[in-house]
Amino acid sequence: MTFTPMTRRTVLAGAAIAGALSQVHAVVAETKEVLTPVAASAEGLPRVKVTLVDPPFVHAHEQVATSGPKIVEFEMTIHEKKIVLDDDGTETFAFAFNGTVPGPLMVVHEGDYVELTLINPETNDLMHNIDFHASTGALGGGGLTQVNPGEKCVLRFKATKAGVFVYHCAPPGMVAWHVVSGMNGAIMVLPRDGLKDGKGNPLHYDRVYYVGEQDFYVPRDETGAFRKYDSPADAYDDTLKVMRTLTPTHIVFNGRVGALTGDSAMTAKVGETVLIVHSQANRDTRPHLIGGHGNFVWATGKFHNAPDTDQETWFIPGGTAGAALYTFEQPGIYAYVNHNLIEAFELGAAAHFKVEGDWNNDLMTQVLAPTAV
Amino acid sequence: MRVWVALAVLGFALAAGVGARLWFARPAPVPGPEVVRLEPMTFRHRLDGDWRRDGRPVDPPRAELRIPAPVWIMVRPVSVADYMACVDEGACGMPSGPRGADLPVTGVNWLDANAYATWLSRRTGQPWRLPTDVEWAQGAGDLFRDDALGIADDPANPAVRWIAEYEAEAARSRTRDRDIRPAGTLNRSGTGMRDIGGAVWEWTSTCLRQVDVDAQGRVLRERPNCGIYIAEGLHRAALTVFVRDPKSGGCSVGTPPDNLGFRLVREGV
Repeated sequence: MTFTPMTRRTVLAGAAIAGALSQVHAVVAETKEVLTPVAASAEGLPRVKVTLVDPPFVHAHEQVATSGPKIVEFEMTIHEKKIVLDDDGTETFAFAFNGTVPGPLMVVHEGDYVELTLINPETNDLMHNIDFHASTGALGGGGLTQVNPGEKCVLRFKATKAGVFVYHCAPPGMVAWHVVSGMNGAIMVLPRDGLKDGKGNPLHYDRVYYVGEQDFYVPRDETGAFRKYDSPADAYDDTLKVMRTLTPTHIVFNGRVGALTGDSAMTAKVGETVLIVHSQANRDTRPHLIGGHGNFVWATGKFHNAPDTDQETWFIPGGTAGAALYTFEQPGIYAYVNHNLIEAFELGAAAHFKVEGDWNNDLMTQVLAPTAV
Repeated sequence: MRVWVALAVLGFALAAGVGARLWFARPAPVPGPEVVRLEPMTFRHRLDGDWRRDGRPVDPPRAELRIPAPVWIMVRPVSVADYMACVDEGACGMPSGPRGADLPVTGVNWLDANAYATWLSRRTGQPWRLPTDVEWAQGAGDLFRDDALGIADDPANPAVRWIAEYEAEAARSRTRDRDIRPAGTLNRSGTGMRDIGGAVWEWTSTCLRQVDVDAQGRVLRERPNCGIYIAEGLHRAALTVFVRDPKSGGCSVGTPPDNLGFRLVREGV
């Protein structure tokens, strides 16, 4: 296929536009009667169309379903583009569902049908597909969604398992390369009656953030500087060599070192409950909120299991999404990290929460400021 | 040491005068770098250090200050080419920053900077050292950034100041120029000193001090920590002597300097 530099630049520019801020409708569980929990087929079900938003934000959704199963339509275009991983300008080629690393968090309810239109534009060079860990059959849909540049396809699957699940590209022979090029995201399948604490009591969140953790393997030149390449194909051999060392050069949240810090830090207020969905499609991770906790944690992300409570650090195996619910009790700046602190502070796996509100002296107080012994 | 310097000066005089440097095993003296003279004059300066009132962090006060004696300060930070001459003679550690000869040297720790000062003193016969915070600030003149937060600490809520600090850092990052520019090309202060506040922070000889003051601002106690020194740049940073690459500094929140370099001063005529 022909190389079209202008188009690529346009794609890059378009992807730089920040995603719209979308907060969640906190729908209170007034509706006790949940209609038709399971449909026998998708035939005749109502359809809704969702507009995805860029992580860490999540498209508007109901926490408790107020109607029966439906067909939820999504559309994602695949972007092949160069991204910058850190403030030193280290570059890599990313394959990005919907243009972002990670791809957007999709939200449906258990029993809904997910109907995805997957578009591989003519301007791309590679074949792609999608494997939903939440789906059943055909390699998670990977066998039915192989699209070449200039093609699109539509996959429908029934969301029969509740939880947060990874999705990722899985083209034959190149699965690992596509996944560590950022080509993964997550879907949240909520129980129709919402989240529970393991004792039958409902749990709600005021905000939800999606953190996609990604390990990158950027080749270096003889002097130790990170190499730059003209195309993904040029980078392939060298990148594979670094991948086979199992030693990432970068481990980041949401596509680059510092993507969720400073002006882009996640925010909350004292008293608000936040659901943090965290996925790692390739490698184990161990999230920790410095100065806070995981009040209710589904470390492996599946909502029909009782959540662990009062967690300090939770373990998410590679290829899994996890979810943690926390109600902030103190104002300040919190670091949310992969608590392998080398991965957090040397390689990039750290984000920040900026939390405003009143300080609680009962929870913590400085009895004696640092002074001479 | 004095004998050493005297010999070097003698060597320089001979080399310049009669071209008789072959008589000496010592390498050729290096020409002194371009400098500007800073005269003692009173100016208002935001003091360095961590200041606390009633145990809570506050902005350091501004004070009328005057350097005790005139100094000559380098117009430009020490360049890669300058510094590598010292490395080549085995007197300085290898820098970890980019190696373009005309770039300011970066990736050097406080000990490296002092090793270079010792080497340059030997080679020029002049007493070179790192500037103090006040000397650097006078040289930077109008380009010195007052890094006070201007936020009154809320005694009932320590998070107010943390969040203000965090937001100030985020704001600074927004317009931050992360490219290391060739030495001498970034900007020029009223004193003639160049390259202030870009992507390079510069080591000083000023130890990080902790100062406790009372409600009237009177100093109750002052303790210097001379394992940590002030580095000057877009904002003042306090860094441990052995750090070469502040980016992997390891604090959970906060924005470290981008790159570490230095310039020197010498006293006297």
